[in-house]
Amino acid sequence: MMETDAHVSDDDLHAFVDGQLDASRVAPVLQYLQRHPDAAVRVAHWHAQRFALRRLHRDIDPGPAPAALANTVLRHGRRRWNPWTQAAAAVLLVAAGAAGMRAWQQMPGMPASTVASAPPQFVRDATAAYAVYSPEVRHPVEVGAQEEAHLVQWLSRRLGRPLAAPALQDRGFRLLGGRLLPGETAAQGTAKTTASPAAPASPSKPGDSASGDALARAQFMYEDGRGRRVTLYVAVFPTGVSPHETAFRSVQSASGTAFYWVENGYGYALNGDLPAPELQALAGDVYDQLFPR
Amino acid sequence: MASAAGVEQILAHIPSLRRYARLLAGDAASADDLVQDTLERACTKWSLWKPGTALRAWLMTLMHNLYLNRIRDWRHDDNHDVWDENTDLAHEPMAHAPDMLDLERALARLTPTLRTVLLLVTVEEYTYAEAAEILQVPVGTVMSRLHRAREAVRAAMAGQDDAAAPTPLHLVKR
Repeated sequence: MMETDAHVSDDDLHAFVDGQLDASRVAPVLQYLQRHPDAAVRVAHWHAQRFALRRLHRDIDPGPAPAALANTVLRHGRRRWNPWTQAAAAVLLVAAGAAGMRAWQQMPGMPASTVASAPPQFVRDATAAYAVYSPEVRHPVEVGAQEEAHLVQWLSRRLGRPLAAPALQDRGFRLLGGRLLPGETAAQGTAKTTASPAAPASPSKPGDSASGDALARAQFMYEDGRGRRVTLYVAVFPTGVSPHETAFRSVQSASGTAFYWVENGYGYALNGDLPAPELQALAGDVYDQLFPR
Repeated sequence: MASAAGVEQILAHIPSLRRYARLLAGDAASADDLVQDTLERACTKWSLWKPGTALRAWLMTLMHNLYLNRIRDWRHDDNHDVWDENTDLAHEPMAHAPDMLDLERALARLTPTLRTVLLLVTVEEYTYAEAAEILQVPVGTVMSRLHRAREAVRAAMAGQDDAAAPTPLHLVKR
């Protein structure tokens, strides 16, 4: 099948068609084609075929990509590179800067030795609460959005600081409602049993000095037209134990992504199983409504 | 964050993978299935990708492995046939473009091993050495498959199907 004549092989002819022929071979190939009209016809066919195949490929309109394809990657992204369990967390925090490090070192009940491997406790609580309540079909919230004013007043009173449920309908998410949740002190008790003995003592316990209930946390839940849910989890830190303020950060877990930040004594975590850019945009909206610039 | 960067990089390849898979797998549903499997594989094997090397070539390697394995899983492919008698031609209704219909049909009827080489070299413009690496075969195998593929398509386009498919395939389904 591989005919050879004057040192020109079929391989040369294909390379000629594909533009992969070595420059030094071009002249012999052209001469060969002049002497062998049958080969020239064949090469012309291959040329036309190549062109037609490329046109066929170009004209394919695969349509919009099914969401399942991107979700495959995003789902694995969270699973495979979960910074809670992998060394990536260290890189993340180093990149966040020294100020961020100090902030986490001052998190109540959070020993410095755990700083590089874990986000703040309230973010983990938020993530757990998201995982528990967002799949809930019949009772996703304790108080529905139809009682929004009551919901916000009630949660504000229990947390001891004014809260707000940001409006996210511009991005397709409507408020479903919210619920009151227990805070981090209980979880800290467990954490402390495994904490390094070298950990610095907390300046004070979160429950010590609060106008409201420092154990209380609030969760607002939103849903879009496709049934995807996000939760905004709010922690209020009593004076003296509030972590330093931070910019947005994100952390991924098996249940999705959390964007979180600490400002003005509030800790916020927005959890959702959405593409990260979409969730980040939502977090930006939340931030802009809570802290107008 | 490495994860976000990796995710973004893979996401960026989805449209072109789908377009390519459409020619490789034949119909839209099979193509998206193949892309889905490729993305799954890429994510689970992400640690094996060497940063700095071509991500697309790596994805193509995964896709072709999956595709050819899938074919091998359910039938014998002895690598010497030209036409694939298993191909379902029901998905080729391009009646308004008769010449494209012939080409697409010829492509779809090629055995998978020939079609992959032809597409990698022609559509993706990989060098023969790159195609050999993606398919994990020697360059000589790429060249002989390319030759058989082009001659088969040429014969088909010239209306010589019967002459180009000398022996009926003996298929063994598991």
